[in-house]
Amino acid sequence: MKLHRILALVNRHLMLYKRSPQRMMEIVYWPLLDLMVWGFITVYLARYKEGLPAFVTFFIGALILWDVLFRAQQGICISFLEEIWSRNLLNLFVSPLGTGEFLSATMLVSILKVIGASIMTIGLAYLFYSFNLFMIGLSLVPFVINLVVTGWAIGIFATAIILRYGQEAEVLAWGLAFLFQPVSAVFYPISVLPPSLQVIANGIPAAHVFEGMRAVIETKAFPLHELIWATGLNVIYLASAILFFNYMFRVVKMKGLLVRIGA
Amino acid sequence: MIHSVVEVRKLTKRFERVTAVNEISFEIYQGEILGMLGPNGAGKTTTIQMLLGITTPTSGQIRILGLDLDRNREEILAQVNFSSSYVSLPQSLTVWENLRVFAQIYHVRNYREKIDRLLSVFEIAPLRDTVTRKLSTGQLTRVSLAKALLNDPKILFLDEPTASLDPDIADKTRLLLKTIRAQSGLTILYTSHNMREMEEMSDRIIFLNKGEIISTGTPAEIVKRFEGEDLEEVFLKIARGT
Ligand SMILES: Nc1ncnc2c1ncn2[C@@H]1O[C@H](COP(=O)(O)OP(=O)(O)OP(=O)(O)O)[C@@H](O)[C@H]1O
Ligand SMILES: [Mg+2]
Repeated sequence: MKLHRILALVNRHLMLYKRSPQRMMEIVYWPLLDLMVWGFITVYLARYKEGLPAFVTFFIGALILWDVLFRAQQGICISFLEEIWSRNLLNLFVSPLGTGEFLSATMLVSILKVIGASIMTIGLAYLFYSFNLFMIGLSLVPFVINLVVTGWAIGIFATAIILRYGQEAEVLAWGLAFLFQPVSAVFYPISVLPPSLQVIANGIPAAHVFEGMRAVIETKAFPLHELIWATGLNVIYLASAILFFNYMFRVVKMKGLLVRIGA
Repeated sequence: MIHSVVEVRKLTKRFERVTAVNEISFEIYQGEILGMLGPNGAGKTTTIQMLLGITTPTSGQIRILGLDLDRNREEILAQVNFSSSYVSLPQSLTVWENLRVFAQIYHVRNYREKIDRLLSVFEIAPLRDTVTRKLSTGQLTRVSLAKALLNDPKILFLDEPTASLDPDIADKTRLLLKTIRAQSGLTILYTSHNMREMEEMSDRIIFLNKGEIISTGTPAEIVKRFEGEDLEEVFLKIARGT
């Protein structure tokens, strides 16, 4: 692994943003719309349900945190798609650049995007609803990191599939994270799920993060066991996703598809 | 003393239904321009992709710069480069930014001077700050060639590099590659469907057909061997099996 190669790729993606206002939109547009719709819904509901002061906090908080996961996942996929769209993949892989360096760079790009979008969302939430995310406390930080890692794992997995099956699988870049949303206990606790789905949810790192977040808001106690679960599962998923990507990369080289993809 | 920088032995690539490359063996000598010639589907691109490690051979050995490609990918790829009409560069970046990214990937020292020199060599210095999207095909080809020379490669793999160039620019490009070769001892593996270009460029030609090498030699030797007038006639003879 060579740092200069990783930074070269990160640099390439940052320059892309500098030069392309449409891409900046991505960081502003969706968080803004999401926040408006959900924010107003929660404000509306809160009006009728007195005695549920945490309600607004739950929804907007959940929304912001889900967006972290989604951005992290998308950051990975889009960095890769950019290389396909610009027919640049071959240029990269005929250089000494390895898959580890490539993935490290995309993960870095993804986290930068998350930071950008989060600042945006948190700021807007404060402006519109006087919702202060940091009210939940600094205990949020390790949970957010876990969401980013879950996003990476899903993103790398989706990227591996797109690498293998080409642009027809591109839809995964936009949709795969949402497949996990129902069992990630984003807006409701795991306990509302039917038993079979509860089993699945317990295997999803994001579900532990959101359970943990609710525990923080409700009891103020730090839900250490949820954090341990989330972290443990994430380590397994991220490692598996990277192994899967490397495996798919080998398959693609066997099938000679690197030349064809996006060409 | 002439020595080979590429050694290929019994290289084979079988895809599900086709054998794209069938037990070919050849060498490329230091400082030569080797032209790879053959009809569509002969296996030229597949061979080049295997030499670059982006397609895995079914069997056979590849040694580049004295090293086994399988085990020394990183070291070898740092010393070679590639350009082709089927690759492009990130569209939203300027010419300079794109070259800068690749200079960084290849860890080029004094990259500013290096890039500026290549830009003027390929007569694209005025396009330095132009967004890549706005380049014409020929301009893009020259940027891509500049990219391919950034790391002072010992071997350059060029798959139909002039396919989209007008005769004037194509001619200039050929001249330039020959000049660089003369100056730096660069070795080039070259493919093209332009027979005149192949005759003009290649010190030696490998004629591929259906994944097999059917003839090797200087352009003149090959023309003589197949009793043709020129390479074009030989090509037609072989392609049509007459
Ligand atoms: N990834 C692949 N999967 C299956 N078959 C392939 C693949 N790549 C190439 N082939 C087949 O292998 C053969 C050789 O293809 P290749 O692209 O190497 O030919 P070529 O000599 O470069 O042809 P052209 O002059 O058209 O560029 C062809 O029959 C082609 O259809
Ligand atoms: Mg070809």
